[in-house]
Amino acid sequence: MGKASLEVTRGAAACGCAARTAAGNAREASPQDMARVREIISRLRDRTAPLLPILQAIQKEMGWISEEAMVEVAEALGMHPSQVYGVTTFYTLFATGPKGKHVIRVCASAPCHVPGAGAVLEALKKALGVEVGETTPDGKFTLELTSCIGVCGVAPAIMIDDQVYGNLKPADIGAILARY
Amino acid sequence: MLYRAHVLVCNGTNCSLKASPEIQKEFSRLLPEYGLDKEVKVVETGCFGLCEYGPTVVVFPDGTFYSGVKVSDVREIVSEHLYKGRVVKRLLYQVPPAAKPVQVYPEVDYFRHQVRVVLRNCGFIDPESIEEYIARGGYQALGKALTAMTPAQVVEEIKASGLRGRGGAGFPTGLKWQFAARADGSGPKYVVCNADEGEPGTFKDRLILEGDPHAVLEGMALAGYAVGAHQGYVYIRGEYVLSIERLERAIAQAREMGLLGKNILGSGFDFDVEIRLGAGAYVCGEETALFESLEGGRGEPRIKPPYPTDAGLFGRPTVINNVETLANVPVIIERGASWFRTLGTQKTPGTKVFTLTGDIVNAGLIEVPMGITLREIIYNIGGGIPNGRQFKLAQTGGTSGGVIPPELLDVPMDYDSLAAHGSALGSGALLIIDDSHCIVDVAKSFSFFFLHESCGKCTPCREGTLQLHRIMERISRGEATRTDLENMKALAQAMYVAPLCPLGQTAPLPLMSTFRWFESEYLAHVVGKTCPAGVCPVDGTAARAAAGCAAREV
Repeated sequence: MGKASLEVTRGAAACGCAARTAAGNAREASPQDMARVREIISRLRDRTAPLLPILQAIQKEMGWISEEAMVEVAEALGMHPSQVYGVTTFYTLFATGPKGKHVIRVCASAPCHVPGAGAVLEALKKALGVEVGETTPDGKFTLELTSCIGVCGVAPAIMIDDQVYGNLKPADIGAILARY
Repeated sequence: MLYRAHVLVCNGTNCSLKASPEIQKEFSRLLPEYGLDKEVKVVETGCFGLCEYGPTVVVFPDGTFYSGVKVSDVREIVSEHLYKGRVVKRLLYQVPPAAKPVQVYPEVDYFRHQVRVVLRNCGFIDPESIEEYIARGGYQALGKALTAMTPAQVVEEIKASGLRGRGGAGFPTGLKWQFAARADGSGPKYVVCNADEGEPGTFKDRLILEGDPHAVLEGMALAGYAVGAHQGYVYIRGEYVLSIERLERAIAQAREMGLLGKNILGSGFDFDVEIRLGAGAYVCGEETALFESLEGGRGEPRIKPPYPTDAGLFGRPTVINNVETLANVPVIIERGASWFRTLGTQKTPGTKVFTLTGDIVNAGLIEVPMGITLREIIYNIGGGIPNGRQFKLAQTGGTSGGVIPPELLDVPMDYDSLAAHGSALGSGALLIIDDSHCIVDVAKSFSFFFLHESCGKCTPCREGTLQLHRIMERISRGEATRTDLENMKALAQAMYVAPLCPLGQTAPLPLMSTFRWFESEYLAHVVGKTCPAGVCPVDGTAARAAAGCAAREV
């Protein structure tokens, strides 16, 4: 199979969720290090149902999954690139374009909403100067919404990369962002 | 090596957010200073349950229960309690502040009313040590099954126990196993542990896996033996970083001891477990969507039948059980079905793990017998509603469940009783909401959730969740008419039956349930153009909730 090209349709997702389209703005960024992508593929391709583990490894190690990477994965697994694209864009933890150095995900589900997640989100927007789905001009933070992250015992909660912060009040935001 | 005392520091996610790792380090630093490092052992445990008052520290053998401990308190615990034997009274659990402090944890109301079967080890053992699990009877059930029971007897025991699936649907576990055991055995069968816990307000599976991972692995091995499967998968949310770490370690330890892998305990039975991570999709908690995801595709549900026990993972017969269900299994095999039936109700024996969240004094993880009333949970265990507010409603079963108004506080908490009142026991999430909140504002967060999480495969769900949310938006902004309410009801009727999977089928439930009990509050928004709680932006100006609403505009 030759190098297939992958036409990516951008624009607002049907659900209007800004988080899923957050990464769309910089898709034409420099090609990812394909040697690393190939290394990841060869490390994981012999597992049962390897597609998700491969995409997860690319996401984790490189921060996003480029069009070139998707094509490479498709060829290695004998799939059509559109299938790989379909899987990649289905899951909220996969990004199809580079994001900020740190991704802030604010839980928008009811158990966080009830004790005041809305005010926390406002404080984040104000501190960062961006709306949901956007990245700060310095490329440091991307702000997203997420569904329940399962730390409702300390709601309202946010995740910055893998780190959870809970029992938040708007006044806590400054000190948390200062850690990054 | 024997120790005079053990200091248990909760390192569940909720406590570790409140500096419990630093507390643990401080103990390790200070114990040698007092010459106690050979006498006192510090143990990092999983969640103890009382997350609201974390970090918690328990000193054994006396069981002294300290709550809300800070790093700066550690020296006093070491110098007073561990060195001189004097309990540090000011750190004892004391709620409300005027109440008499409680010294030992079994006397704390929060624990006194609980029955811990699934959480038997959570908070009491080091979850990273297989030896501690074994010391508390772990892997005894597997040994018993492999040496003294046939697979059919294991199935029979689980059937006799009346155990029902704790993921939310309440299907009889033994029956599921029987179907899989009798299914086509010409190829492989699988056991899948559903740890894709995504129901808002639910975090029990995370805390079970963090606190007692071996119990789940043992349950999976027993399921494998019962149905003739040799490979298990745990499908777990990618966000559950600590659970994944603990589970990986547990699997490695079990393999090393010959409790997973080839020829377990010399019985000739092979069973191994692999972890697969989710990638952020609520719908993957639906069993067939989970299989699609595990097989490497988009996590979209399949049409049923065929059911998983006939054609599940990779098209092969599969038993898929929730984390909590599996954690029940070893105890049932070890202590017997008749013992299990002494707990809970006739139709739903056993206990249920609930996660208490929202406007409640003691938020956290509890385990109680099935059939307990919501009133007992809220007022005896949960400590009531804080800030002098009144109870308005509880949402049971997470966002896909229904609501319980004050009139129904004495309904028994089990699958059938709640379903009879238009709600659901579901995964055990209990979101308590006080009278300062607006029902429309809360319901709008439910409709946003389903809109966000609909996978898009079937039209009734993809379009229905969008329309439901738009109507909720209009109600919230004071722009809705009575026609909107009629449309919402008609749409709900269609959505109860038309979507492919329970995600779409339950999406209207929380809205209809809130409408049923709080119709006058809906009408205040629609007809009176007012928000009685003063939360919604009904007059077009940015009221209190505007911040939340802005993020939810569609």
